[in-house]
Amino acid sequence: MARRVIIVGGGVAGIQTALTLSQRGIPTLLLERESELGGKLTGWHKLFPSFTPAHEVLDELRQRLNGSGVEVRTQCEVCHVERSGVTLASGERLAADAVVVTTGFTLFDARVKEEYGYGIYDNVYTTADIERMLNEGRVAMRDGSAPRRIAFLHCVGSRDEKVCQHHCSKVCCITGVKQAMELKEMFPEADVFNFYMDIRMFGPGYEEMYRDAQQRLNIHFVRGRISEASPTLDGRVQIKAEDTLTGRPLKMSVDMLILIIGMRSNASNAVFAADAGLQCQPSGFLAPRDLFLHNTESNVGGIFYAGAVTAPKNIGESLSEAVVAADRVTEYLKRA
Amino acid sequence: MNRNWKEYQKEIADDRYYYARSCIRQNFFPGSEKAFLDIMRNDLGRDCFDDPLHTSCTGIGYHADIVPLDTIMAVVARQFALMGEAGYENFISSCITSFGIYTEILATWEEFPETEERARENLYKATGRTLVKPKNLSHTSDVVFHHREAIAARARHRLVNVLTGEPLRVVEHIGCHYAKIFPKSGVGGSEFPYVLAGMIESWGGECVDYPERRHCCGFGFRNYLVQANRGYSVANTQKKMESMAPYKPDFIVANCPGCAMFLDKWQYTIAEMEGTTYGENGHGIPVLTYEEMAGLVLGYDPWALGMQMHQVDVEPLLDKMGIEYDPAAKYLGMNGKYIGQPASAIVNCGSQDTIYNIKQ
Repeated sequence: MARRVIIVGGGVAGIQTALTLSQRGIPTLLLERESELGGKLTGWHKLFPSFTPAHEVLDELRQRLNGSGVEVRTQCEVCHVERSGVTLASGERLAADAVVVTTGFTLFDARVKEEYGYGIYDNVYTTADIERMLNEGRVAMRDGSAPRRIAFLHCVGSRDEKVCQHHCSKVCCITGVKQAMELKEMFPEADVFNFYMDIRMFGPGYEEMYRDAQQRLNIHFVRGRISEASPTLDGRVQIKAEDTLTGRPLKMSVDMLILIIGMRSNASNAVFAADAGLQCQPSGFLAPRDLFLHNTESNVGGIFYAGAVTAPKNIGESLSEAVVAADRVTEYLKRA
Repeated sequence: MNRNWKEYQKEIADDRYYYARSCIRQNFFPGSEKAFLDIMRNDLGRDCFDDPLHTSCTGIGYHADIVPLDTIMAVVARQFALMGEAGYENFISSCITSFGIYTEILATWEEFPETEERARENLYKATGRTLVKPKNLSHTSDVVFHHREAIAARARHRLVNVLTGEPLRVVEHIGCHYAKIFPKSGVGGSEFPYVLAGMIESWGGECVDYPERRHCCGFGFRNYLVQANRGYSVANTQKKMESMAPYKPDFIVANCPGCAMFLDKWQYTIAEMEGTTYGENGHGIPVLTYEEMAGLVLGYDPWALGMQMHQVDVEPLLDKMGIEYDPAAKYLGMNGKYIGQPASAIVNCGSQDTIYNIKQ
């Protein structure tokens, strides 16, 4: 059964799928667009809810990959996917008996929500920026000073009809809580606010973390969306919002406004779908054959999915789904 | 100030405009519409048809719930029909309310074709005219924006303080109905409109971004039209003025008739009520229309532009720009006829006999 499987995308889902297939003796080729494996995880600092350093997870995955027999090619962008293989941007055609698409998601570009001033005002950041700053060991305002008041805004690019992102990105709520806690511990004197429309704590330990943020760290949660951000004379950011629990508008100046950006589908999904006859969901994420018994299979035999290419997922879910996808590929190859 | 405006470029016709006037501008800033026509025709050599047959768009009545939707659609259809009869395709509106109305109705017709058919039928039954939709719809500030570099090339004055050589600091205020309803209908969209900012930059000035930049001037139709609500209207202007004052702007420019009027006249009201002024040396902050700003840049006489009609005196600004003017001619109208002079006011540091502080 020495058939080759190509995995498109070297994030956590792709790596885990490759590892599992390799353990089952199936020759596997893992293709990654960037120069290193790891996907979005390479940019994250610590993972919720345990505050596990992201590099610990990634290092172990990479370590397992070494000597696993998985062939890895980085800086390989896949342009076309078919059931019989893939075509690279270079024009090279790679044949396979099965393809697993693990290309994940794209972070929402906060500049689209112009009213929040990302890329325009100095002290407006995204959660991705904060992860990078945490990794660099220094979180500060643009002028280098420590923030005294920080506001997080949830659902930037999620559940938002105006930017055609109707879906919930699922992990942003807990990301906002995690970063609020990290910044509060880093700047104990700072006031930290979370502006939200719902708090969706779906995972184990998440609700406890949310409670801890409020009770132990005194992080404020305000149910209301920020309508606009503006600059102040001293380089801070003025925000306007409505506290929908008290029914009152509020205006405050903050040192840092952090936009909790959502997950959107990759532009490549539509290309892959057109090439191979795959189905997309209205959100643009690729549609699995069904949501229960065949959730890692596409509607086309020989093409499989794992991770956030089908919907927003956290790291643990992506890793678990990768194992299931590898199982389904194995079964498919046995049948073929 | 605006780094995203290029994503919202709109098509603006270059010539052959059918000009639809504003009802209220002709009363508040009568020189501005004339200045627009003079600039287009005499300075830039453009064809601009000023049709005496066209009417109010009835937008104020529409927003006050007096004029029903079908009625205003018929009125708008008639304006467009007149444009077609005159042989023009590019409809330009002097009023932001009207521009919002025209944009909204064209979008409604696009989205619900049956409403266009009904308007077409109503127009024909009422007037015997045939609806012709414009090939291009723009606000007149779009048109000035479109020609801003040509104006800059003919500039006799720049938006620069001649004493210091520094760019003048300008607050640009965009009318809500310009792009807040349909962001893509305005240059630069609704969050960072570029239409006035582009003129300011091209003519040497510097835009001021301040916390309440996007806030409404306070006109808001019912805020002002219903007398009992006027305190709310003033409060909105006050909020903006207090927010912009620390940035020390040299003047405000607006592209909406209501905004230019209320930002100007409510400064007088606030000064009289509270003794508060927001400009330099106890003055108010001058408020200009974009045609007045263009006219000053092109060297028009400020009194010919109608700037004596402003509540806040513009002389400090004229001095900064190095514009010569005859103080004695300020209140002389056509043929040197004296048009009357307003009473002194706190906002212009006039007679002090009315100054009081209601907080004391």
